[in-house]
Amino acid sequence: MTLDDILTGLFPNGRKIATNGAQISGQAVLPDVGPVHVLGITQGQPLGVDEAIVLAGRVIEIVKSGDRAPILLLVDSASQHMSKRDELLGLSEYLSHLAKTLLLAEAEGHRTVGLLYGGSAAGAFIATALATGTLVALPGAHPAVMDLPSMARVTKLPIDVLKAKAEATPVFAPGLDNMVKTGGIQIVWDADAPLAPQLAAVLRQPQGQDDRSRLGANRGGRRKAAELAERIARAAASPQEARHG
Amino acid sequence: MEKLSFRLTATRSAGGTRAQAMVGVVASGNLEVLLERSVPADTCTIDIATAAHGFDKVWDAVVRDFVARRSAGGLRISINDGGARPDTVALRLAQGVRKIEEPER
Amino acid sequence: MTAVTANDVSLSWYEASARQRIDALVDAGSFSEFIGPELREISPHLSIFDLPEQFDDGIVIGRGRLDGAPVLVAAQEGRFMGGAFGEVHGAKLTGLLRAARALKQDLVILFDTGGVRLQEANAGELAIAEIMRAVIEARREGVNVVGLIGGRAGCYGGGSLIAGTCSKLIISEQGRLSVSGPEVIETNKGIEEFDSRDRALVWRTMGGKHRYLIGGADTFVDDEALAFREAAITALKVGTRCDVTVLEAEQARLERRLQRFGEAEDAVEIWQALGIDDPTDVPALPTGAFLRAATNRENADDAR
Repeated sequence: MTLDDILTGLFPNGRKIATNGAQISGQAVLPDVGPVHVLGITQGQPLGVDEAIVLAGRVIEIVKSGDRAPILLLVDSASQHMSKRDELLGLSEYLSHLAKTLLLAEAEGHRTVGLLYGGSAAGAFIATALATGTLVALPGAHPAVMDLPSMARVTKLPIDVLKAKAEATPVFAPGLDNMVKTGGIQIVWDADAPLAPQLAAVLRQPQGQDDRSRLGANRGGRRKAAELAERIARAAASPQEARHG
Repeated sequence: MEKLSFRLTATRSAGGTRAQAMVGVVASGNLEVLLERSVPADTCTIDIATAAHGFDKVWDAVVRDFVARRSAGGLRISINDGGARPDTVALRLAQGVRKIEEPER
Repeated sequence: MTAVTANDVSLSWYEASARQRIDALVDAGSFSEFIGPELREISPHLSIFDLPEQFDDGIVIGRGRLDGAPVLVAAQEGRFMGGAFGEVHGAKLTGLLRAARALKQDLVILFDTGGVRLQEANAGELAIAEIMRAVIEARREGVNVVGLIGGRAGCYGGGSLIAGTCSKLIISEQGRLSVSGPEVIETNKGIEEFDSRDRALVWRTMGGKHRYLIGGADTFVDDEALAFREAAITALKVGTRCDVTVLEAEQARLERRLQRFGEAEDAVEIWQALGIDDPTDVPALPTGAFLRAATNRENADDAR
């Protein structure tokens, strides 16, 4: 599905979205819902300091507008921009800042929904899609932390061995199914059904707490995280459970 | 990983009152040792998980020497090993006993 | 309440283990651990790769006192799997941050990490996202989350993004803060882009002095546990917010950085633009002289 197909499917009644290089920004009207802010990093491009600061600035403008309209963030990116310049300038701050603006927007009453329709990896994935309140995907999306050949190099394991291990667990190998099983992606949309009602359905869900680790446990991809985090919160609340190490 | 288990008779039991102690980290050539005061005072158990296979005779010698020379009675010792040399293992075991014998604050 | 027991342990932060750092950071004898090694909450994923496990999965969490005040503490062990975030490792920090929010208690994170643990990459990546969210949720309740960076693994990858959510960052010269590590850049973009074996280049691009000069960290300290302790006590007195005013200020600060330094080819050019007389001397300056030379540095006060 191309970006244009997606935007047409979501917003048949009109949209005004500007393209600036690999970034998009604008507003649209979602049937049965109303105005929605649309942002995106597209064309499989990496996310560096120059891109992150523009996106973050846009999110802050939206928050300051006070309209509390939902924000849809479309993502088809590479990883973070790997360069000397980006790191020299403090890329980690720019990526964190973008993530923080998205978290702020949500806390200030904007629903934030990420739509992963292409690739995304590593720091770019964390700063965009994974910083939204609800992350959904379209079939064919391909999130990754690292591709298998690179992983084979780092772990010094033959790629065939890695592939065999990836069959046994969703915990490390790239791919949409694995990110769904570990709880990172709430739902994969039906590409053959109209998209607008699927987004409207997401926006109708009450906004709750971060339930990704619980999803991961229920789907069998991340069995320990949710339970362990809850146990720690309990231990911290009761002085008796702490022990001297 | 290779797993080894020893249950040895100890003539001297560990001093102090601390319930447990922890020394070392799991890294290449290093190991972590967790000591818990949870077996009978005349016994020392040692469970090892090691990345280096085929060294069971060396481990046997190191742990027997440790239990013979130190006050290891009453200790359940658990080791995660990243391929440490025998002298490093002996050093960590000794540090562990010293730590569990430290006075509690 | 017990009397404050000052801590006067002298220790190289860089060389110390996670447990040694905690013992030297908090008031003497005040630390108690949550989910300690005796519970053996190890990673369920390392055995798939026949890799050794560690009973605390490379992170020690618990509570202690800092100058008498209760504080929650998390310390990563950079020597175990490079201090990397896996499922258990990450969930321990997430749980602690949620406790900090619920208890309205400040939290100190002792970073020492290469980022996401590849053997459990998806779980690690999601843990980073969950932690960042938990930091912001805690900060919005008025909780300080202070990051300390000076360990041997540095603060790389997803760890650097978590650091970016903290209310204050304390760094030593040895602390490196960066998303892509030197080897990652070189492997992906070639040695012409970044020569990972050029250690001087690594330190001046990613190291503590540069980060402090451009406002990427708030306090610069010696590689000494006592210095980290004193800086942490001070940082926790400041108070924190994370609202639209702060993020607008951060936006302006980061835009200004791009305008001022966006064309620089090397850190030395940036240091020169910051008014340092002999910028090539910066790496060799001892802390006192460095701090005097850094008078005109960029800062992130109320903009982080």
